Amino acid sequence: MMQMTGAELILRLLEQQGIRTVSGIPGGAILPLYDALSRNERIRHVLARHEQGAGFIAQGMARVSGRPEVCFASSGPGATNLVTAIADARLDSIPMVAITGQVPLSMIGTDAFQEVDIYGMTVPITKHNFLVRSAEELLQVIPDAFRIAMSGRPGPVLVDVPKDVQNQLIEIDALPAPVVADPLPALDLGAIEEAARMIDSAERPVLYLGGGVIHSGAAEQAVTLAEHAGLPTTMTLMALGAMPIDHPLSIGMLGMHGARHTNFILQESDLLICVGARFDDRAIGKAAEFCPRAKVVHIDIDPSELHKIRNAHVAINGDVAAVLEALLPRVKVRLRKRWLLHVESLKCRFPLQLPGLDDPRSHYGLVQAVASVVGHDAIVATDVGQHQMWVAQAYPFRRPRQWLTSGGLGTMGFGLPAAIGAALAAPERTVVCFTGDGSFKMNIQELATLAEEGLNVKIVLMNNNSLGLVYQQQSLFYGRRVFASRYRGEPDFLKIAEGFGIGGVDLDSAANPRAALAQALSAPGPCLIHASIDREQFVYPMVPPGAANTEMIGG
Amino acid sequence: MIEQVAEPLQQAGFAKVVLELEVNNHPGVMSHICNLFARRAFNVEGILCMPMSDTRRSRIWLLVFEDQRLEQMVLQLEKLVDVRSVRRHAAEHEVFERLEKFFH
Repeated sequence: MMQMTGAELILRLLEQQGIRTVSGIPGGAILPLYDALSRNERIRHVLARHEQGAGFIAQGMARVSGRPEVCFASSGPGATNLVTAIADARLDSIPMVAITGQVPLSMIGTDAFQEVDIYGMTVPITKHNFLVRSAEELLQVIPDAFRIAMSGRPGPVLVDVPKDVQNQLIEIDALPAPVVADPLPALDLGAIEEAARMIDSAERPVLYLGGGVIHSGAAEQAVTLAEHAGLPTTMTLMALGAMPIDHPLSIGMLGMHGARHTNFILQESDLLICVGARFDDRAIGKAAEFCPRAKVVHIDIDPSELHKIRNAHVAINGDVAAVLEALLPRVKVRLRKRWLLHVESLKCRFPLQLPGLDDPRSHYGLVQAVASVVGHDAIVATDVGQHQMWVAQAYPFRRPRQWLTSGGLGTMGFGLPAAIGAALAAPERTVVCFTGDGSFKMNIQELATLAEEGLNVKIVLMNNNSLGLVYQQQSLFYGRRVFASRYRGEPDFLKIAEGFGIGGVDLDSAANPRAALAQALSAPGPCLIHASIDREQFVYPMVPPGAANTEMIGG
Repeated sequence: MIEQVAEPLQQAGFAKVVLELEVNNHPGVMSHICNLFARRAFNVEGILCMPMSDTRRSRIWLLVFEDQRLEQMVLQLEKLVDVRSVRRHAAEHEVFERLEKFFH
């Protein structure tokens, strides 16, 4: 017989799931859990400076490790501050368990101090959520939360624990066994054979990889299939790294800011093999005009994604790694000389334009210069905006989980805390966080967390003192009526970083920017690298919102 | 930039369908289900919920229109952790018909 409090039980159950680092911020309703944590020697706590930061730190860890990671917040504003990070995890299918304190059970519904219905509030943005009503329930709920977060299509789970439940004493004989993910769906061999026949008989097939390939660890299988069947391969923003960008079969990222040749190749395809992707509007543009002549094979772990936007001729519900493995021996080896020759000619005629690649003070040049210093082992996180798209276009991604970005929700402020989480999960790697001045200011307080933890995070700030993508859209689509997108003030980010105890380098004033950059990236510990970027540099090509992917402007 | 605003989907012309759900019985299940329909702008015409003889479960009856999004709605329902099964019945199912007298 063991006797413990609900709070102690939560920590024991987290330990059992292999949790060694949690991020969070304490507050009244979660103090019993923090009190127990203060006596726990196995779980390290990383104190964030805003709960949204704590949520993104957990996400950063999960995006690198591929398993559920945990964040804590108190009731009321602590919990509501987590909401954006939870919604972001939902849209990008990131496994995460958020544990919030709640006012005592007897006070729920009384408008008590810092009471908010976080359970009700997170119904639409979690995979599932719980309001725990007794310490005994924790024995079921905490393992369930992990199982749900990691099974099938991963996602965030919220567990709301009232303060008195955290303090409640419970006697148990033994802890429940750690949980693993639910078994994978059975292979639909009939559909897999049909898909193989379609691939064999296609003349102009394209392999279209999404984030599901990363989540399921199927990058190797996807690359093997592409090589086996001679399939030109495009990746969504979420799938970058699944196939090395310099692989001869890679045709790069598709969609709103994809290269011209990528969208043109897709337009000509007669078979689209969609693996773990969801026909998102930023990827496919106007749905009715996307790959108009293509039949579709769609493989996804989530049955509700099949036929959702685009009807599939063959829809396969299953784990993409398992399905690709079963598909491979059934597909004929093909060289597809004619199609691949044509693909090559489109690549040559409509290459991605990367002006200024040799100048480390230009946007593409800076991305390239950083990549050449940190090499393929580094992890790259971004915020959201122009810098994010420039990095997606120009960074040579070569492996899964190398690239962390907020895709579905597009959350400015994601970058810095996600990079901190990545550095916690992979302390042996350098983590580069590309950010813009608009995004950076949205979670800039996490510089304090970064300084305290002394992590190897290099922040590369591309500063055009504006909300660049808004400025770009107003310039291109709103008759140049530029409003609320240029900042009037101009903060000194290097001084701000210095104030937080983080050193920096200004590429603007560096005599030899390339050398200064290399030195900053190579020194251990955190660093801010600042570079001013011309506000008139836009992200091209660009598919206007609502247009077909072939109607790109620029680039 | 002028964007076309989609016409609200006129559901009235569609046939009705009765959905029978077996769910876990705990506070919050109804909010998961109602929230799912509401956030996808899919009207629920009628709703009925009672515990089953095994009180750990409840049965929920939903009266909805059979528009082209119904397939997706059912798939989304099946993804909810507390939903154990979803069955479709034609609108003639008597469950709502027999309740009519309480509403007219």
